[in-house]
Amino acid sequence: MSHQQPRPALDSLEIAAGNGLLHRRAFLTNGAALAAAITGYTLSDTAAAQQLTDAPWSTRPGTPIPEYATPSSFEKNVVRTLSNPRGEPRTQHARTPHHLLNGTFTPNGLHFVISHSGAPDIDPAQHVLVIHGLVKRPLEFTLDALGRYPMTSRMTFVECGGNSAALFSNEPVQASAQAIHGLVSCAEWTGVRLSTLLEEAGIDPKAKWLIAEGADSLALSRSVPMSKALDDAMVALYQNGERLMPGNGYPMRLLLPGWEGNMNVKWLRRIKLVDQPGMSYYEARTYAPILPNGKAYQFYFLQEVKSFITHPSPGLKMNGPGFYEVSGVAYSATGRIAKVMVTADSGKTWAEAALQEPVLSKAFTRFRLPWKWDGGPAVLQSRAWDEAGNVQPTRAEVIARRGQTKTPVTNPAAFPSQHYNGPTSWAIDRTGEVKHVYV
Amino acid sequence: MCMYKRVVHRSVVLTSLFVFMFMFAFVSAQGPSTTPGASLGKPISELDVAAWDISILPDGTGLPPGSGTSEQGAKIFATKCSVCHGENGKGGTAAALVGGEPLTSGIETAKTVANFWPYATTIFDFTRRAMPWPRPRTLTNEEVYALTAFILAQNKIIGASDVMNAQTLPKVRMPNRDGFIPRFPERIP
Repeated sequence: MSHQQPRPALDSLEIAAGNGLLHRRAFLTNGAALAAAITGYTLSDTAAAQQLTDAPWSTRPGTPIPEYATPSSFEKNVVRTLSNPRGEPRTQHARTPHHLLNGTFTPNGLHFVISHSGAPDIDPAQHVLVIHGLVKRPLEFTLDALGRYPMTSRMTFVECGGNSAALFSNEPVQASAQAIHGLVSCAEWTGVRLSTLLEEAGIDPKAKWLIAEGADSLALSRSVPMSKALDDAMVALYQNGERLMPGNGYPMRLLLPGWEGNMNVKWLRRIKLVDQPGMSYYEARTYAPILPNGKAYQFYFLQEVKSFITHPSPGLKMNGPGFYEVSGVAYSATGRIAKVMVTADSGKTWAEAALQEPVLSKAFTRFRLPWKWDGGPAVLQSRAWDEAGNVQPTRAEVIARRGQTKTPVTNPAAFPSQHYNGPTSWAIDRTGEVKHVYV
Repeated sequence: MCMYKRVVHRSVVLTSLFVFMFMFAFVSAQGPSTTPGASLGKPISELDVAAWDISILPDGTGLPPGSGTSEQGAKIFATKCSVCHGENGKGGTAAALVGGEPLTSGIETAKTVANFWPYATTIFDFTRRAMPWPRPRTLTNEEVYALTAFILAQNKIIGASDVMNAQTLPKVRMPNRDGFIPRFPERIP
């Protein structure tokens, strides 16, 4: 026994809020040894250790290393969920398994996709981007030409306008963070600033909007204000260092950091500068949420400040009382995340979470908070603030303004409305099951 | 570009680069008539873009020549559209194109041409670019005008004998034209 360092007791850590939420710097002040000893969901404490032996994989050479790696076979459940796996003639969703990931980058194979007619199999040698309309010189760009421009990289989340829409249900839908929030992901995108290409074409001052169009079979098109196009828009060619995934727009997509996913037109082939919005199907109809008074919002544009807890969340069963890390992601179209507060007692008391550096504008910010679960009922929820002073509204505030369904939503893949950015509450019962609730 | 060949001495490259940058700075100062930046875009005429230029604006900009009536549209609809949208657009595996509940019925009310779409031009634009689902952009402009007339007439937004063309279509007043609020008015150009 003498060779073991005595562990600081969990009870000695500083309490920050009710139901066992610890101070976000509890481990920093109590030493790294404690953190190393007791992090993770499968905490074992005093059980006697067995004598160690070599496992079979340690006694013979391993398998050959492949040209392009895929995750361990033990991770085969870490996949997207598909709404339309046979590609029937309707929209397909592939949702990111947030509860099985950590950090802030979404791996390319797990980045969410919404496609309204599948992924076109584009030959990059034949694909071109045209910029025309209210310009001095209409121009055509090959992928090879775009690859020679000065490039820029930035971490940015992309979120479908319909993400989290199940929370408009008047009763909490029983579904995972993946099913409810799986239509948002975050990647490092690299490409050419759109302003560079627009300035080369020469912008006619009469141009107020541009219409971006894809090379998919629907030729999906969206109207974008010139102010956004000249601010931080990018023609993205790379996603997390490699070429874009086919479902994410290979070989090029429009990237509008922080703005409604559908506007980030994939398989981008044409940009037309115009003096008025096109009122395309997806802006005039689909992404225009109906309000309780029968009017509808038009041109929502922004994916407003939001956060949700990924650990714990439905599908991750608690492994007995004791230490856990509560963590999740927060993001905002209007800048960096400034603060995330977490409650474990349905909102009665709150503790400020630690924000994982670097905290980047319009990107996922991972928040973390140590928690000592006493094994009793708990309701976890997070709320985020951004640097522009925008606050993630309560669900009651969202519903007061936006309404909710009259009957419970049973299919979490349905979109009763769009642009929900209220909080999500996870209730934990004595058995360790995690359920979705409203508080 | 010779600048990328290894045989070129580094100092030559640097000198060339400085000369180029100096020239660029000088040329840029001449005013907006010069092409800025890397200038790797290839000029293309609007004529050569025409086949891709399928955007229709609400004021009718982009509408092609041609015309169609609801009667003509009904025949085309029966052969090319009803397999998914149901007989006369009553709905099938794809959305109904006729009717619709009032939007005050609830936030999840199905959005239809009759209860929601603010501009008739969107029907032409979307039908031409995206329909029929398995064979998009196979309809002639005449067929798209006729189908647009059919959908509008079925919803009693235009008369049964009204002709839709580049002049008449933008003038169609959609029932929910004034039903929208910009979410962030300060961001609308």
